[in-house]
Amino acid sequence: MQIFLPIADIPVNIFLILGMGIAVGFVSGMFGIGGGFLLTPLLIFVGIAPAVAVASVAGHIAASSFSGALSYWRRRAIDPALALVLLIGGMLGTIAGVTLFTLLRSYGQLDLTIALSYVVLLTGVGGGMLWESVGALIRARRGEAPTLRRPGAHNWVHGLPLKLRFKKSKIYLSVFPVVAIGIFIGFVGAILGIGGGFILIPLLIYVLRVPTGTVIGTSMVLTLVTMSFATVLHATTNHLVDAVLALILMVGGVIGAQFGARAGQRISSEQLRLLLGLLILSVGVRFAIELTIRPDELFMVRELEPAP
Amino acid sequence: MKVRGKIALAACLLTAALTADARAERLIASVSNHRVTITPEYSGDELVLFGSIERDADTPGNRGGYDLVVTVAGPRMTMVTRRKEKKLGIWLNTDSREFINVPSYLAVFANRPINSFASGEVQRRQQLGLTNIILTQRVAGDFADVVPNDPFRVAFVRLRARHGLYREQSNAVTFLTPTLFRAGIPLPPEVPTGTYDIEIKLFSDGAMITRTETAFEIVKVGFEQFVADAARRNGLLYGLVTAMMALTTGWLASVIFRKD
Repeated sequence: MQIFLPIADIPVNIFLILGMGIAVGFVSGMFGIGGGFLLTPLLIFVGIAPAVAVASVAGHIAASSFSGALSYWRRRAIDPALALVLLIGGMLGTIAGVTLFTLLRSYGQLDLTIALSYVVLLTGVGGGMLWESVGALIRARRGEAPTLRRPGAHNWVHGLPLKLRFKKSKIYLSVFPVVAIGIFIGFVGAILGIGGGFILIPLLIYVLRVPTGTVIGTSMVLTLVTMSFATVLHATTNHLVDAVLALILMVGGVIGAQFGARAGQRISSEQLRLLLGLLILSVGVRFAIELTIRPDELFMVRELEPAP
Repeated sequence: MKVRGKIALAACLLTAALTADARAERLIASVSNHRVTITPEYSGDELVLFGSIERDADTPGNRGGYDLVVTVAGPRMTMVTRRKEKKLGIWLNTDSREFINVPSYLAVFANRPINSFASGEVQRRQQLGLTNIILTQRVAGDFADVVPNDPFRVAFVRLRARHGLYREQSNAVTFLTPTLFRAGIPLPPEVPTGTYDIEIKLFSDGAMITRTETAFEIVKVGFEQFVADAARRNGLLYGLVTAMMALTTGWLASVIFRKD
């Protein structure tokens, strides 16, 4: 069944888009991430303009992270104080990100920036995750105690001033690294059309040493707010949010996420990290290959915004 | 080649002089639908152009066969064509050209290959066919159309053609009787909205006898129009509504799928 998207200006198969939403929702429910890094490339692949894809995916991520955040809230697995401090940075980062997005679009280098950032972020995070989880699995097989979290071990981050006590997570930490991480996530999220969960969660665990109990729920709160904010900003500045596309995606996404969450509970966290690492790395490598091999079509045509 | 061109030019001028005072033929044409609406179900359409050639007492008795060229031009738009080049090991957009106010949709139909009835000179002057229609480019602050085999122009036409937005068919106009004709105008799924001008030129013995124009429009209606207008005019409200929609969907899902 074809439906004409009012902003993307192309007809798409409604079941194809719904299926993509469900598939990405499944992955995001399984790993506790937004899944934007999978969805945005998929949308570009079916012919939706990259700028429209990035802007519309923000709405989809807001929906799936809200549904996730609500269930974590009921389980009291969210640290509100930590979420709030992250959010201050997140908002600033989102504003900067949307501004740069508009600027890059006018220079014609948005596609390249998106592709390059994907390569750097995805191969970096995916490779690191893979390395770490393979190590953990090998240690587990040898029968050694897991050394993933060392509560006593502090790094330089913990020496910074202006400390705050985050009761729920039981950590005592300077606000600077927390705000900085918020800015970074908001910034890359707005430019790349990703929630940033797959970067945020490792940062919270390894840099801030947030306990695993509150990390996913708190990360979802940040994603939820930055992505809702990004939706509004993209709609106001670039007029590129396709509400119809976003609605189909989010309906598929929240359904898929339910099944993903159930599937995720059946595998161990090391295996889960290994799988996620592989998935992230393969998307990153795909982007890297695309940048270095000679494209079939060297030219592209873009319609310029009609003068207001 | 050059001599033939000159003869054709002379013939053309002669016919023009002859027809200037005595408009021997008249073209009458209309499209099957003057207002194409884009609804959520829209996935391409086809219009039919039909018309007839009216002859009168002034028509020369020894008039040969007729040839027709139909040019359909969609709303004008400025578009940029970019070329990728390999730099530092990766492919990135380097050079670009802006095509100023060119038709977003362009279709040229004829009853037989234009080359077989109009000389190169006539084709250029009457802008017959995709290679002869002027597509203005901005080249370093200057406005000009370049040679038809300019790589940016060729790529631009090819990419538009890939989406069905530019096309040229030399057998799309059919004569039902010697003076009655029809032509199908295919509209692709990614069609721009706006006014489409149709120009029909009638040729006989390699020279243009007369021409006429008609038009149709493509509009978004109902829901499609409502969404597109809201996004453009009330961006903030539209964004807030979309964000609220996302939150409602997320909340509904957490209520429906709640396990306890």
